[in-house]
Amino acid sequence: MTGVKLSGVTKSFGETIVIPMMDLQFDEGEFVVIVGPSGCGKSTTLRMIAGLEPVSSGQIFIGGKDVTWSVPKERDIAMVFQSYALYPHMDVSGNMSFALRLAGRPKAEVKQRVRRAAEMLELTEYLDRRPRDLSGGQRQRVAMGRAIVRDAYCFLFDEPLSNLDAKLRSTMRTELAILHKRLKRTMIYVTHDQIEAMTMADRIVIMDRGIIQQVGTPRDVYNTPVNRFVAGFIGSPSMNFLEAELTGSDRPRVQGKGFDIPLNPRLSATASQHSARDVIIGLRPEHFSVKGAGGSRSSLFAPVDLKVEVAEYIGSSQFLAARIDDQPVTASIEVGPDSAPLESGEYLFDTNRMYLFDRKTGTAIA
Amino acid sequence: MSIRTLSPYFFILPAVAIMFAGLVYPVLQAFYLSLFDWKIGTKFNDAPYVGVRHFVRMLTDDNVHESIWVTLRFGFWTITIEMFLGVSLALLLEKPIRGASVFRTIFILPLMISPVVVGLIWRYLFDARIGWINYYLGMIGVEPQVWLGDPELAFFAIVFTDIWQWTPFIFIIVIAGLQALPSEILEASKIDGANWWQHILFVKLPMIRSILLIALLLRLIDVFRALEVMYILTGGGPGRATELLSLHIYNRAFETQQLGYASAISVLLILIVFGLSFAILVAGNPMKEKSDI
Repeated sequence: MTGVKLSGVTKSFGETIVIPMMDLQFDEGEFVVIVGPSGCGKSTTLRMIAGLEPVSSGQIFIGGKDVTWSVPKERDIAMVFQSYALYPHMDVSGNMSFALRLAGRPKAEVKQRVRRAAEMLELTEYLDRRPRDLSGGQRQRVAMGRAIVRDAYCFLFDEPLSNLDAKLRSTMRTELAILHKRLKRTMIYVTHDQIEAMTMADRIVIMDRGIIQQVGTPRDVYNTPVNRFVAGFIGSPSMNFLEAELTGSDRPRVQGKGFDIPLNPRLSATASQHSARDVIIGLRPEHFSVKGAGGSRSSLFAPVDLKVEVAEYIGSSQFLAARIDDQPVTASIEVGPDSAPLESGEYLFDTNRMYLFDRKTGTAIA
Repeated sequence: MSIRTLSPYFFILPAVAIMFAGLVYPVLQAFYLSLFDWKIGTKFNDAPYVGVRHFVRMLTDDNVHESIWVTLRFGFWTITIEMFLGVSLALLLEKPIRGASVFRTIFILPLMISPVVVGLIWRYLFDARIGWINYYLGMIGVEPQVWLGDPELAFFAIVFTDIWQWTPFIFIIVIAGLQALPSEILEASKIDGANWWQHILFVKLPMIRSILLIALLLRLIDVFRALEVMYILTGGGPGRATELLSLHIYNRAFETQQLGYASAISVLLILIVFGLSFAILVAGNPMKEKSDI
């Protein structure tokens, strides 16, 4: 058994239960992103894997070895922190080589490994500088370098990009993905940013209130969210939810204030087996389109009336802040860069892309 | 110069004037006084001008030399041990263990006691006949010692008392520094594989280096100003075994009425303290180290 495995792990701080019960397997060489809102227990999970936080019960295995009660240095892990956590009194090469020096590696080897990591991260000319003389992005790189020189079995990242500006963040995302391809190590990455999760992950673990909601590839969690929470968390701008009622038995449809949408055959089949009539429909903003646009097959595209309040121009698309009856929705509509601001009227929604959720439990009906 | 360039100086003028009156003027006055041979109770105007004769005399005065030597030895032992104990205690009590706050409060009690009271307390404790120290040593079979009457033992006594009173000072400064360290860096060093010793030696202590230097500096200045406790505990005796420089100055000025000469020695004292502080600041430069951790 390789990779990293959490088995029946629970965690509570005093009376507060943070992780009620968790079983999770990270395969060797996999890039897994744990994502969720703040306070969902994702950082705690990572810190338990790192050995910075003891589990309340359960077991943790790294590379097949039970490390539940091992100190961090015995776990063969490297970690990158949100604040970079560089040693302010050491220069860049001192920071990067600290672990190797503590491990008593020969000087020549230490030097060579630091040099190689520095080349990989384009830090060679900064090796003599102190962290305070570096920019945020460079510090971030040093923190990564410190992890890389370790050549650890598993790399842990705790929101490493959240202190960077948007542009640098997207550059570093790409660099991290490249790094993972080169190193082929198990990487566990914690973030609250679903874009980071979608762009970098082999698999995404979505957590809420200490409980794993869904584990799957970015495609899985985007296309087939298991519940309303996942559907709302993944995707940007986030999914619109509208209360509706399932009606009609031979030709089922969902009706609500200001809309009446027929179900596609797939949803019809599952909905007919579902007892509850009170549902929530989920409409992703990007699945709205203007009427009459490129061969919209009338049976699959349902008309909806949007009362547009603001149309934001962002180049080839426009973001609409609108209402269906009195319920707010957002829509992202591709109309090309030269089009006039969109106005209220009838738009189309792709019914193949509609989601149904049980109103009480929030689980997906599919 | 235009009004614009002059105006800042105008606004800091009151502050400069007060600083000058409070800090520089007494030093200059002491220096001026050292040029005269003045006794208390006589008119200063009648005091004969002696020029730098006091300074020349000081260079060959064995009493002054001895006093400086006592002070340096006293400073070396007290500061070394205080730093070691204070830092060790801070490292031990930094974690939120049960009862840590009670311990911390107890540890800083000596700091709150007036030096005169400290002198009195320890004078009784060290007393050869009725002191507790001899009493308890007697219980484990140690002969009673004349603590304050023997040169070596008296020196030990003042060092011991100073450590008792001032270790807490290092302790609270260092513990404040340790608690301000960012936890992520400490965790990073654990991930990097540092054991307990390496964690302290390579990460914690270097990161509070400037705090340690400032504590050292403050203690150093204090050692040269130490007076009250020794004055009451030993009065500088036996002989001159515990006569620190400041006590020597006091005795010169008020026991032997040599105010001018005493002033000259205090000018020397200022120069020594200034020199040592400057050396530490240049070597350590704690102000530069405001690293953005």
